[in-house]
Amino acid sequence: MQRFRLTFQKGAAVKYISHLDLARAWERALRRADVALAYSHGFSPHARMFFASALPVGVTGHAEMVDVLLERPISPRELASRLQAQLPDGLDLVGAEEVALTLPPLPSQVVAVEYEVCVASRDSTSAMQARLDGLLAAPSLPRRMGRAGKLREYDLRPLIQRLWLVGRRGGLYVIGMWLQADSRGTGRPDEVVDALGLREAARAIERTQIRLQIRS
Amino acid sequence: MVSEVLLDSILPTVTKPGRYTGREWNAVVKDWPQARLKVALAYPDVYEVGMSNLGLAILYDILNREQGILAERVYAPWPDMEQALRQAGLPLFTLESRHPLRDFDWIGFSLQYELNYSNVLSMLALAGIPLLASQRMSAPADWPLVIGGGTCTYNAEPLADFFDLFVIGEGEEVVLELAHLYVDVKRGAGENWKEEFLQRAAHIAGVYVPSLYTVRYNPDGTPAVIAPQQFGVPERVCKRIVSPLPPPPTRPVLPFIRAVHDRGMIEVMRGCTRGCRFCQAGMIYRPVRERPMAEVLQAVDELLSNTGYEEVALVSLSSSDYTCIEPLLRELSARYAEQRLAISLPSLRTDSFSVALAEIIQRTRKTGLTFAPEAGSERLRRVLNKGVTAEDLLRTAEAAFASGWLRIKLYFMLGLPTETMEDVLAIADLVKAVRRIGQRLHGTRCQVGVSVNTFVPKPHTPFQWLPLADAALIQERQAALRAELRDRAIALSWSDTESTWLEAAFARGDRRLGQVVLRAWQLGARFDAWVEAFKPGLWRQAFAEAGLDPAFYTSRERPFHEVLPWSHVDTGVDAAFLWDEYQRALRGEESVNCREGCMDCGVRAAFALRECPHLTSKE
Repeated sequence: MQRFRLTFQKGAAVKYISHLDLARAWERALRRADVALAYSHGFSPHARMFFASALPVGVTGHAEMVDVLLERPISPRELASRLQAQLPDGLDLVGAEEVALTLPPLPSQVVAVEYEVCVASRDSTSAMQARLDGLLAAPSLPRRMGRAGKLREYDLRPLIQRLWLVGRRGGLYVIGMWLQADSRGTGRPDEVVDALGLREAARAIERTQIRLQIRS
Repeated sequence: MVSEVLLDSILPTVTKPGRYTGREWNAVVKDWPQARLKVALAYPDVYEVGMSNLGLAILYDILNREQGILAERVYAPWPDMEQALRQAGLPLFTLESRHPLRDFDWIGFSLQYELNYSNVLSMLALAGIPLLASQRMSAPADWPLVIGGGTCTYNAEPLADFFDLFVIGEGEEVVLELAHLYVDVKRGAGENWKEEFLQRAAHIAGVYVPSLYTVRYNPDGTPAVIAPQQFGVPERVCKRIVSPLPPPPTRPVLPFIRAVHDRGMIEVMRGCTRGCRFCQAGMIYRPVRERPMAEVLQAVDELLSNTGYEEVALVSLSSSDYTCIEPLLRELSARYAEQRLAISLPSLRTDSFSVALAEIIQRTRKTGLTFAPEAGSERLRRVLNKGVTAEDLLRTAEAAFASGWLRIKLYFMLGLPTETMEDVLAIADLVKAVRRIGQRLHGTRCQVGVSVNTFVPKPHTPFQWLPLADAALIQERQAALRAELRDRAIALSWSDTESTWLEAAFARGDRRLGQVVLRAWQLGARFDAWVEAFKPGLWRQAFAEAGLDPAFYTSRERPFHEVLPWSHVDTGVDAAFLWDEYQRALRGEESVNCREGCMDCGVRAAFALRECPHLTSKE
């Protein structure tokens, strides 16, 4: 048994594909690549692949991660070349490295994620900066999440680790943010954008990095 | 092309945006300007349903293999997307190149279910295309041709006003004949190219150009004559068949979002030899043609390496009847054990052989088995020519439960010809007997699902002259079954009488129903096949405004000599055979399976078949 960590991009072409659907697309790409994917035992066998973190629908990913377990030995290079040929438009393999089977499950290693949000705004740079500063200065940001009937309140502020103005790109402001993403809480980029008063202004959201607890 | 930026503004607001984004694995995007014929293959239901249709996948494959032809896909947008498109001022577009439908030469609709008809109009309207074929004849005359295919074309009269032509029967060959004719006529592209094209198309076997036929009615509303307007246009349109079966598509588009049938499909056999008298498919897909086992094996292999599917379905109307089914299943399950390939047989005969087959393919997960005895009593099953006895069913259930299955699902129909309450109660008795077997072998863990649908007499079957059973009667019989089958281990489901009458009216309707479809659509009818969207009141209103009584179509027994709205459509099966089968049904006489003897239905002569049924050898 071998464990590989694949790093990939989820581009605009597939950004409306939900996490579950994306997982199925990966499983099928691996099956086409003919690489002896490992399966769980039991009545309905599941492919043994574990994504670092689900990407919200509509968000692109620049450095997403998935661990896959394979039953027949293969080199990372061979795996990458076979797999790349089988990936649909919008999915790109950026890296494939073998990692220790003994590492904890990938999702449990995630501690924080970084997003970049492009917003269309007539704000001056200093006004935009002031928005971000204002949000960071708030001692708490009580917000509601979920659907009607199942609304729950939470504080967004402690989930924002960093928030900064990256600059301007193609007539849009780019805002960067590091959000907590672990078992104690996960910050959502659209919530931060909303708290900034920029919900209608957001044009694109990309997850740019996933930070893990243990570097392999 | 529809702009990405605009789409980005609406897609986040609709349910399942993945229905509208395309770019799936194996989607074919061909060079737009190079194509001399551009076809939009349309399915008038949501993406997940349309992507499960094998017919469109076959045509997509055939057309895109041709140089100079491109075929793209489009599905009915869910009402939220319809509204979003309207608000944004966007036309309906195809998934591959995102061109508006207006820019295509043909829009080819797959017509599989009467309750999709309102969606056909929605799609045309969203494309900015005039709904009536007659409106599309006048300038600018370059509107796309609107073409229909699929099982509903065996009586397409209710849609005749909206379509330029229908293809009746199997499309594999005729679609290319039409394509070549189109390129030929379009190259000259005179002012009256469309008239010329339709005239010449009407001479191609299997092509029905409704505007070239006149329908006159008797004072009582029944059709008097359905006749071609000109010399040379055939009086009866004979369906097309292909024989032997061409190779199946093995590079189908792989949907990202879960399709209704989220698996690969290989058709192992077309047609069915059983001759069940209620079954339209069994009559219209004659003759039976089997695909050689070696070809199936190769096709599965290609399909899996092109898609990565973890499940493949061996498709046919009665898979346990396929001559080589057992060796085929053994070979497939041995070959793909490591890949954990699941194999499914969508149509199992009710016998222990089928349980043995199911055992070969379901060694790991024994989810559920489905059988269709169709009727409760022996007598009524003889009327249907459903050659299954109660003993068969009980033995099958015994074998299934004994092999470890916990769930059995049974399909029955209500409102069958000659049916009495006694027959209905026999359903309950049979279900209880199956339940007892399950209980004996598995105790409380066993489950029996019972699905009871209302029988709709379909065109081109021995029961085509019969009326739909009265809704009050059906409800009474449904209630009787509910009362009899109150058991936590039995899950009973039944069909809604409202959608049944609409399906029956359109399945059995004539051309005058075009105005009903149009009016119901104008009133807001959409996605009538979906409980959450179906509004029967709109249809009642549309019937009333058109001065037509749905009961005229649904509830009237028709005499043999009546001109049926579909009598100009020739399936190769003789009306005399159908009538004879109907009479035999009334007398409770069974007819033989085509594998055992020939009932001389007419197909053999109509298509000059040397071998019928066409079976593969076991070697």
